[in-house]
Amino acid sequence: MGLLSKKDAALIKDPLLDNNPITIQVLGICSALAITAELKASIVMSISVLFVLGVGNVVISLMRNIIPSKIRIIVQLIVVATLVIIVDLVLKAFAYELSKTLSVFVGLIITNCIIMGRFEAFALGNGPWRSFLDGIGNAVGYGIILIAVGFFRELLGSGTLLGFKVLGDPIEKTGLYAIGYENNGFMLLSPMALIVVGIIIWVQRSKNKSLIEEA
Amino acid sequence: MEHIELFFKSIFIDNMVFATFLGMCSYLAVSKKVSTAVGLGAAVIFVLAVTVPLNWLLDQYILKDGALAWLGEEYASYDLSFLSFIMFIATIATMVQLVEIIVEKFSPSLYNSLGIFLPLIAVNCAILGGSLFMQSREIPSLGLAFTYGIGSGIGWFLAILAIAAIREKIRYSSVPPALRGLGITFIITGLMAIGFMSFGGMLTGGDEKKEEKPAVEAKVKEVKVKEEKAKEIVAENTNINE
Repeated sequence: MGLLSKKDAALIKDPLLDNNPITIQVLGICSALAITAELKASIVMSISVLFVLGVGNVVISLMRNIIPSKIRIIVQLIVVATLVIIVDLVLKAFAYELSKTLSVFVGLIITNCIIMGRFEAFALGNGPWRSFLDGIGNAVGYGIILIAVGFFRELLGSGTLLGFKVLGDPIEKTGLYAIGYENNGFMLLSPMALIVVGIIIWVQRSKNKSLIEEA
Repeated sequence: MEHIELFFKSIFIDNMVFATFLGMCSYLAVSKKVSTAVGLGAAVIFVLAVTVPLNWLLDQYILKDGALAWLGEEYASYDLSFLSFIMFIATIATMVQLVEIIVEKFSPSLYNSLGIFLPLIAVNCAILGGSLFMQSREIPSLGLAFTYGIGSGIGWFLAILAIAAIREKIRYSSVPPALRGLGITFIITGLMAIGFMSFGGMLTGGDEKKEEKPAVEAKVKEVKVKEEKAKEIVAENTNINE
């Protein structure tokens, strides 16, 4: 990779697994759980966060020397809110149905802790290019978990992926349903999102023992 | 009556944490000790009780479609609702600053134990979520907005109190090492959310009855009207025959 030095590459790679924003840093859980009943909603949410975090990190990083530190939270909130309004209006214009399913959770990107966390921890102290990479890395790490949770919940809950019936038709009893398989409607209810994330954390920490918390 | 209904609904059925997953970040981070959990919970109740009515006023008199009509007729067609995110978050950030100053002044020990998490209330999804749900559910009056704010605050408080108590106890159990800390907290919260789902039947049963009654009454009326019409027609026919 000629474009990225080793240090820069680490900025993107680290948040994907070993420093994942959701499972390790515990940031941005709210949206991760609430909108993951469908894969499509999770993908759109990940892309929105990718846009907001990538652009926001660059903007904050460019302004980092002129923001008075006492009012930096307000400045950060205004930057995020502006970007989120753009995302919200674009979604309403081009994917109205989907913006209805996401309802208030698009607005809640503003208070997504990942975004404020990265602004505070990284963009305020680093240049625009590195901040951009950091933003992309963290947003993708967030997206991976979101999409994984959405994938399992939609597959096990309604037997579809992105609306396609991959397991056969439950009414006409084709595919897996022919041998007596049933959808687990419980996966679509909100508590299962928590449990799925819990299991993902479990799997990840069993593989990488250094992440285990001390009791 | 509708105040009581909304109050219980916002505490149990639409519980911020268990039904909509709002404010999970601070819920997970601050729930290691009961004492800090209580402090943060109280702060959330207070901030929600103040910001939801305040944002209701903003929404009603500035942001809504046609809300500026009180300024004069030429403003009646303005729709500023796309600005609601930025207005709500500005109100919230200001209020949180205020709470921070008050807590620092009156309870330095609480201020020290809450530490970094007080400013984080500004970015607590529960607070902004409260205002956004208030807007999207079209809560009709200022009083109800206040009830909704308090109710959802108490719901959040209950949730963080419960999980903090469980986490204090769980320290003495042997959890599988890879699940320790975060993982087990997620799973416990999931189980608690399943428990809270059982409150779902509490109010909906009442709602259905309410809806049924007018429907039945309307049908009875319809039948009566039809009978009267039939009688009239019969009377007319007899008249003609005569």
